[in-house]
Amino acid sequence: MPFLAYTGIFLLLPTGIVIWNAFRRPTGGFTFSNISALNTSTVRSLFVGSFELCLISSAAGAVLGALLAYAVASGNPDGMIRRIYIAGSGVLAQFGGVTLAFAFLAAIGPTSGVLFHASWYYNFPWGIALIYVYFQVPLMVVVFLPAIDAVKIQWREASENLGGSTWHYWRYVGGPLLAPAFLGAALLLFANALSAYATIVAWEDQIAYVVPQQIGVSMISEVGLVNFNQGDALATGMIVMVVILMTGYFLLQRRAARWQR
Amino acid sequence: MAAVSSLSAELGGTAQGSAPRALRAGQRRRLNLFRYVMFTIFGLFFLLPLLAMVRFSLEGSKLGTWSLAAWKQLTSYQGPPPLLPAIEITLELAVITSVVMLVLVVPTMIWVRLRVRWFSRVLEFLCLLPLTIPAIVLVVGLAPIYNKIERVNVSALMLFWAYVVLALPYAYRALAAGLNSIDATTLSEAARSLGARWSTVMFRIIAPNMGQAILNALLLTVALVMGEFTIAYLLTYVNLQVELFSISRNTTNAGVLFSASSATLLFTFVLLMILTYIGRRLHRGRS
Repeated sequence: MPFLAYTGIFLLLPTGIVIWNAFRRPTGGFTFSNISALNTSTVRSLFVGSFELCLISSAAGAVLGALLAYAVASGNPDGMIRRIYIAGSGVLAQFGGVTLAFAFLAAIGPTSGVLFHASWYYNFPWGIALIYVYFQVPLMVVVFLPAIDAVKIQWREASENLGGSTWHYWRYVGGPLLAPAFLGAALLLFANALSAYATIVAWEDQIAYVVPQQIGVSMISEVGLVNFNQGDALATGMIVMVVILMTGYFLLQRRAARWQR
Repeated sequence: MAAVSSLSAELGGTAQGSAPRALRAGQRRRLNLFRYVMFTIFGLFFLLPLLAMVRFSLEGSKLGTWSLAAWKQLTSYQGPPPLLPAIEITLELAVITSVVMLVLVVPTMIWVRLRVRWFSRVLEFLCLLPLTIPAIVLVVGLAPIYNKIERVNVSALMLFWAYVVLALPYAYRALAAGLNSIDATTLSEAARSLGARWSTVMFRIIAPNMGQAILNALLLTVALVMGEFTIAYLLTYVNLQVELFSISRNTTNAGVLFSASSATLLFTFVLLMILTYIGRRLHRGRS
């Protein structure tokens, strides 16, 4: 079937090439030196940078997105505001990349901001984390809203009939119910931030703070530092991380789906 | 704007009875306060950067004045690299990618649904896999493949090979939703017992019934191609997003950068608005 041939060549083959080349010398033959070459202070700082940025942006995105999702869910199910926020979240969750960085540059750029001049705009990780939150919050709304919608009002009533306060309800009923869905969504956000490349390059292309930027540098470099095998090794590292995150996401989603039916 | 629309939602809510109506009045008031605050803060957070970008694109030669100059430059900006060819390439890519994606995915999905159901899990896995493998990883593996492609054809239009893969998850989910909403098996059995060939079943029975899903898949694909940067940039092709990036790096022409960015966004937003609007109308028409 043409479909299998197509995905084979342009999806499975590239992934295979990345992993294969991560264990090869430029001259041919197998080696672990590309992988062990990752164990330098420069590369470690990249992984630490990626971790910081993903942790901050996904934690902020998950908490704020969950609050917004709750605000949306607690309103009229056919209301205008709900429609606007759901449609808007669908659009904005995909809106990343170059134009997003430019929008923030126009709004709060250190010399050009229309709203104010943020001197911390180019600080890592806080400046870029703010930009990431812009697409993390809508993604959280998209992923988390179905879980909140599935919470039944009767459970709250039952909790109140038994004398429970709002705090008791969230501590013993709502919180534990939503925890797996929340954690799963947070993992998805983490993976999402990990994969983002265009936004951070448009934000700052001179200094590599995170792994995707260094992969980019290893592929095209104006000073002749092109090193394909390093790119392959870094990319393999990212595949490993993303696979772990996504497995966690699917397991937690399955756990969360138990009471949603 | 957010406050106004949440107000109208509230009016609608009291009329129809919203979900948490069983709460006590005090709780209800606190909840509503919380909702208004959230909607206002997030409305501002989402809208202000976009408005700032549009405002910046209308900046005159003196700070604080208004001018259309940057928008007029959209067609005349000569670069380097010039803007217009990048726009053309991106639009052409959007068309080619959409067509190839439909031709590749729609018959496969219908075929698997009707004849080889055991394969559907593999199909789903393959189609959703690009969500898991980031573009930045995929492009590393695509580089050697594109080395071979470039020996035959160096045009940036060749990017469509990779873009079809990127669009797969979105197209698949849109099409799967459409296919699930019709009774494909009964339709095909009816057609077959009336003597239709499999090709007739596919293109004249099932596909026309998935019109809305196909439109959704198309619009999502176009939106994706309009915003793609990573793969084009790292394979050193120039599409719209790469063009915007190089304007921001090579020139001090801030105006045209922001007008082109705003125009791209407006175009994509309009596309997605069409999607939700038509979707709702068709939905209403059926129910």
